[in-house]
Amino acid sequence: MTTVPDRNREIDRRGFLVGGLRVAGAIGLGGTVGLRAALKGQAQDYVWQIDPDKCIACDKCQTLCVLEPSAVKCVQCFLLCGYCDVCTGYFPTSDFELNTAAENQLCPTGAIARTFIEEQAGVRYFEYTIDETLCVGCGKCVKGCELMNGSLYMQVRQDLCVNCNECAIAVACPAQAFCRVPAHTPVLVKREAREALESKVRELSKQDAEKPPKAKAPAPAVSKKKVQELLRKDARGILDQRAQDG
Amino acid sequence: MSKLLRILLPLVLLIVAAQMAAAQSLIPTPEFSDHPIPTSSHPEARSTLLEYLDLAALAVGLSLASLLALVFRSRRGLFLLAIVSLAWLGFWRKGCVCPIGAIQNVTLAVFDLSYALPLAVAAFFTLPLVFTLFFGRTFCAAVCPLGAIQELVAVRPIRVPIWLDHTLGLLAYVYLGLAVLFAATSTADLPTRLICRYDPFVGLFRLGASVNMLILGGCFLLVGVFVGRPYCRYLCPYGAILGLLSKVAKWHLQIPPEECIQCRLCEEMCPYGAIREPTVTQSARERFRGRRRLAALMLLLPLLVALGGWLGSRLAVPLSSLDPTVRLAERVRLEETGKAEGTTEASEAFRNTGQEAEDLYEEARKRRQRFAYTGGSPAAWMRLPLAAKLRAVGGGTWLGMWVGLVVGVKLIHLSVRRRRTDYQPDRINCLSCGRCFWYCPGEQARLGLISQESRLAAAATRRDVPARTPGLYTDITPQSPNPA
Repeated sequence: MTTVPDRNREIDRRGFLVGGLRVAGAIGLGGTVGLRAALKGQAQDYVWQIDPDKCIACDKCQTLCVLEPSAVKCVQCFLLCGYCDVCTGYFPTSDFELNTAAENQLCPTGAIARTFIEEQAGVRYFEYTIDETLCVGCGKCVKGCELMNGSLYMQVRQDLCVNCNECAIAVACPAQAFCRVPAHTPVLVKREAREALESKVRELSKQDAEKPPKAKAPAPAVSKKKVQELLRKDARGILDQRAQDG
Repeated sequence: MSKLLRILLPLVLLIVAAQMAAAQSLIPTPEFSDHPIPTSSHPEARSTLLEYLDLAALAVGLSLASLLALVFRSRRGLFLLAIVSLAWLGFWRKGCVCPIGAIQNVTLAVFDLSYALPLAVAAFFTLPLVFTLFFGRTFCAAVCPLGAIQELVAVRPIRVPIWLDHTLGLLAYVYLGLAVLFAATSTADLPTRLICRYDPFVGLFRLGASVNMLILGGCFLLVGVFVGRPYCRYLCPYGAILGLLSKVAKWHLQIPPEECIQCRLCEEMCPYGAIREPTVTQSARERFRGRRRLAALMLLLPLLVALGGWLGSRLAVPLSSLDPTVRLAERVRLEETGKAEGTTEASEAFRNTGQEAEDLYEEARKRRQRFAYTGGSPAAWMRLPLAAKLRAVGGGTWLGMWVGLVVGVKLIHLSVRRRRTDYQPDRINCLSCGRCFWYCPGEQARLGLISQESRLAAAATRRDVPARTPGLYTDITPQSPNPA
C-alpha cells in the first residue's frame, strides 16, 4: 500500500470552499433523489407501446427495431374477427387461390395459421391465429385486415422489448403512434376491439345473472376473467386522460 | 397533368375506400356450436431483476475502479475492469440504461410532473456522481462502456494542441445544454432523447442501428486511435457534469507515490492531455496584468450571457424543427399551400386521422413557442409569476445563455492563476485511467521494477531535454507499459 502525502490536512480558504462545495453537492444530490422519491413513491417504469388507433401499419416496426426480429408483433382480437373464409389479412387482394399455399399468403413468413372451424348455412368459418415466433412485425396483414373488420393490430411485446431509452421506431414512426405507457398497464387495445371486449363482458355478466347457479353450464365461449384482465391492462384510459390534460 | 392524376387518383381511391370501410358495418363474429372463441394474450414484461443486477454491477464496478485507481494503483486492473464493463454493460446489456442517457430521464422528471423517475434510473444517474464527488472520475476510467471501448482503441494518441483541446472541451457543455433543453420541452409519452439518438457506440454494442449511426460509431473509433477518447473528452454530457464534481472531489488519484522528480513522463504519456505542468513564478508586472485580465473577464461574463441569450432566442425556429409535431406541421403546410409535391407517409397518416390542419398548426405553434421568448415587453415579463417568467424566457434563450455562461466561465477559469509545484492531473479532464502512475519512475521504483538509481538517472537526464518532446525516455520505459 502506498503512503501518499496527505495534502488535505492543512485547511486553507481554498480547501474550506472546496469542502463546502462537496458537502453541498452531496446533500443536493441526495436531497433531490430523496425528494422525488418522497413525492412520487416508488415509481413504476414506463414501457413503449403502439396506439393501434394511430398506427398505419407501415414497415418501420419491422426494419428499425434494434431486435432481430422486431419486438413488435401483430395481435389478433378474436372478438372482433369475422372468421371470414376470404380473409383480406391472410390473402392478397388479387391473384390468389383459396388455399394455404405460400404464394397465396400475404404474410411473408407464414406466421398466420388458418384453421377451419365450422360451416354454417353454407358459409365456412376460419380462425386466424398469429405465431409470434414467426411474426416479423411487417404489418402487411394489419393493412389487409383494415379493409374488413380490422381485428389485427400491432403491439409491442413487453417480454421481447428491451425498452430502449429512445426507441428507434418511435423516432421514425410517421403516425406518431408510439408512446410511453406505465409498465403495469402495458397494453393498448384498439378502440373497436375494446368496445367488443366490453360488450362481451356485459353479455357474459348478464348470462351469469340469468343462469341458475347450480346448473351445469357448457364450456364458456370466452372466459370472462381473461377478457376483464385484458381490459385492466389497457392503458387507453391513461392516454385519454393525457389528451384531455394536454 | 397526368402526373397530378397519378398522384391524386390513388389518394381519391384511398379516401373512398376508407369511407366505405367506415360506413360498412362489421362482419359479426359468428356463434359457434362448440368452439370457444379465444382471447388474445399479452405477455408480461420481463422481470426487473436484471435492472437491479445492473445496479449492483454498477456499484461493484465503481467501488473496484476507485480502489484500483486510488489504493492499489493498478493500471492493469483498471484496464481489465474496463473490458469486463464493456462486455457486461455494453455488449450484453446493450448499453441501456446508462447514466449518460439518464440525464434526460432526470430532466424530464423535473419538468414533466406526470413522469415519475424509476428507481433504477435514478440510482444509475446518482451513483457515479456520488463516487466522483469522493474519488474523481473513476466511472469514466473503467465502468462506462462507452469509455471502455474508446480506451481499447487509444493506441497511437497524439497530443491535441492545448487551445484546441480547451475549445473542443466546451462542446460537451453545449451538448449537455441541448440534451436538457430537448428533454425538458418534450412530453413523457413521446420523449426526445438526443443523447440516446446520437449515441455513437450503442449501435456497435447492439450490432444493429441505422447505417449512418454505425458509420458514425466507426468514425469515432477510428479517430479514437489517434485522439484519445474523443467522445468522452469533447462530447459526453455526463462527463461534463462529472468533471465539475471531480474538481471538488475529496480524493483523487496521485501520480508519484512519493516525491515528484519532474521527469515529465506522465505528461508525455497521458493520451488525454490531462496533466498540468508546474507553474513558474511570475513577475509582479505579469501578476498585475493577469489580475487586470481576470477583472475584465468577470465584467465580460454578464455580457456574454446576454449575448448568448439574444442569439439563442433567434434560434427558436431551427431548434424546434427537431420536434416531430413541428416537422409534420411544416410538411402539411407545404403540401396544403402547394409548395411541395406529393405526400409523405407522415402527412398521409395525419390526413387519415381526419384532424384539421389548423389544429396541427396550432399545436406546432405552441411547441415552437416553448423555444422562443414569449414574455412580451420587459415590463409585461416582470409582472408574470415566477414559473411563467422562467418559461417565457424560452428554451432557445436559456440554451444561448447557458452557452454564454460556459464560454465566460471557461475564460475566467483559464485566467485564474494556480500554484503547482509538481506535475499534477487536471481534475476536470483526468479520466483516472492510470497511465500516468504506470509510467512514473517513482511508481516503478516502488514496485521494484527499476532501481532507485535509474529513477534518479531519469531525474538527472530530464534537464537536458526540452519540454514536450515525445518519444524520449525510452531507456526507462517499463517492459509492457501499456496493456493496450
